[in-house]
Amino acid sequence: MSARAAVVVDNVSKRFRLYHERNQSLKASVMRGRRARYDEFMALRDVSFEVPEGTTFGLIGENGSGKSTLLKCMARILKPDAGHIETHGKISALLELGAGFHPELTGRENVYLNGAILGLSRKQIDDRFDGIVAFSGIEQFIDSPVKNYSSGMYVRLGFSVAINVDPEILLIDEVLAVGDAEFQRKCSEKIAEFRNEGRSIVLVSHSLPSVRAICDEVALLEHGSVIRIGPAADVIDEYMAEVFADANDPDAGGHVRWGSKEVHIDGIEVLDAAHAPLDKMHTGDTVVFRFHYTARESVPNPVFGLAVHTVEGVHITGSNTRFAELSCDMPVGPGFIDFRVDRLLLVPGRYDFTAVVYDRTISHPYDHVERMLRFDVHPGMPRETEGVVSLGGTWEGEALRPAELLH
Amino acid sequence: MTQLAEYIERRELLVNLVLRELRSRYKKSVLGWAWSLLNPISSVIVYTVVFGVFLKIDPPVGQPSGLHSFVIFLLCALVPWNFFANTVSTAIETLVGNANLIKKVYFPRELLVTASVGALGVTFLIELGVLCGLLLIFGNMVLPWIPVLLFFAALEAVWILGIGLVLATTNVYFRDVRHFLGIALQILFYSAPIVYPITLVPKHKEVLGVNVPVRQIYELNPLVRFVEAFRDILYNLTFPSWQTTLYLIFWSGVSLVFGLWVFSKLDARLAEEV
Repeated sequence: MSARAAVVVDNVSKRFRLYHERNQSLKASVMRGRRARYDEFMALRDVSFEVPEGTTFGLIGENGSGKSTLLKCMARILKPDAGHIETHGKISALLELGAGFHPELTGRENVYLNGAILGLSRKQIDDRFDGIVAFSGIEQFIDSPVKNYSSGMYVRLGFSVAINVDPEILLIDEVLAVGDAEFQRKCSEKIAEFRNEGRSIVLVSHSLPSVRAICDEVALLEHGSVIRIGPAADVIDEYMAEVFADANDPDAGGHVRWGSKEVHIDGIEVLDAAHAPLDKMHTGDTVVFRFHYTARESVPNPVFGLAVHTVEGVHITGSNTRFAELSCDMPVGPGFIDFRVDRLLLVPGRYDFTAVVYDRTISHPYDHVERMLRFDVHPGMPRETEGVVSLGGTWEGEALRPAELLH
Repeated sequence: MTQLAEYIERRELLVNLVLRELRSRYKKSVLGWAWSLLNPISSVIVYTVVFGVFLKIDPPVGQPSGLHSFVIFLLCALVPWNFFANTVSTAIETLVGNANLIKKVYFPRELLVTASVGALGVTFLIELGVLCGLLLIFGNMVLPWIPVLLFFAALEAVWILGIGLVLATTNVYFRDVRHFLGIALQILFYSAPIVYPITLVPKHKEVLGVNVPVRQIYELNPLVRFVEAFRDILYNLTFPSWQTTLYLIFWSGVSLVFGLWVFSKLDARLAEEV
């Protein structure tokens, strides 16, 4: 090991008790003759890794995978049942901003109180007070009770105090997702400054793009165990590939659907460039979306269309045969038309495909099937993951060279 | 003794937590600090009327002070009693009440209990100050006794801290402990010579043909000894007996060690259970 470790996690296990009775009372225990019954739940099993000094380390995983528990163990809030955690350097944990604030006290009094809880001496707080208040941007309200603060002000003051503890190791749990854009920018800058100063950061987050952007190394947790650990980009790519592997089934029926049904959309098929069925799409692949339909009546010049949304409902794009300046002859009976995408520039993730067929004025629906197909895009090339689409661009310049040398 | 080192390192936090308790307690009320005196004044009036006037309890004459006043007699015991009763009632809630803090930040959590003892200790000292003023008006030259008084006040604080630590942690695991505390305090109040002189407790009594040393059993209660000690110093202007002094030093030590032991046993899972 070349660099000294800032945090050493050594075979850490943590059990939680899940009580069957919500309220434990002495009375109930005496009546039963024993304490409340509980099940044990392994929140962490034999977790071991090291965070090298000066690096930014990410913990990712689904809800309940144990990443926050692990962070709390590092912060000494929870005590592992087995194994131990060694930390080298002063720790500050941003688990909840302003956790120690007392609503009746003024901002000023709370800065001193919170600072003391986080381990600062009065003298140190005196020295840093102006900086703390300036960073939070609430100079005007520093002498009013914090119960009158807006939640944004509260969080800002909390962050300012915590960040001014001047830690060698900073533990962050999702807190950066709060506050307005301006404050988030300040936080990100402050964290970048921390990294540049060679301090160690351990970050828990659900936001994979931000983890990828900030972290050097990442550990992926599942059901309390570390299942993968390594350079951030690698672990996150593998994780995304896994998350979307088991979910390529479009809802059978139950779609929101309307229209007069002169033309009925029977289904959407996903094909590759050679029109063979495609079971896994990657960013950059050639994909053909085939509309299977049945015309029950002969309708003049219908218009086929589509829309792509993220599962959160963001409308990404849409297209139809009329905008493409195509007309459509439609004899009665079944048939299909294809929508070909030469290079699928959606970033990895899950999307919904809406298929429609309208009359030639696009005012009367023959068939409109909302979110008819749900599909997943897996990591490919380009490797972008932020936002929803890649522009498919390439970087060029004399200063650039392949990145293998950096690792 | 890394624990001790940590306490010393975090003493500023203790000061801050005490200030937080004091500030938040008195900030909310219009009368502010006066509340800390209003409460005992009202109980003094009630007890004086009921026990001193209606039941005609005659307080002993102070030896050697010669003082003879039910109000002062009562106050000398009521002030240390209030310190005990208010502190344990507050301390028991400190861990549950600061759940959010305990779950989100690491610091030695026993400081929360210590801070509540400290904050009420300040109130106690103010009440003792006012009481000393009253004693001077009544002609008891109490000033030379102040060092002895402070010693016993500190001893009581240590004793209470141990009890507070046990109660606060137990209350995390069994949330109804505080209901039992209410009942216990009521019994304790009348089981100590606060509204009556200890001389009313018989020395011996025949129970089913057995001679029971009632007074000796009664005096096993450290609270009885504390009340008697404060009365000796303030009302009688004399030293408490050396037996009482040793007895109280012993119980304060036991209480503190036991309290810290219970706390250290239960501290590990505090953030999960609270």
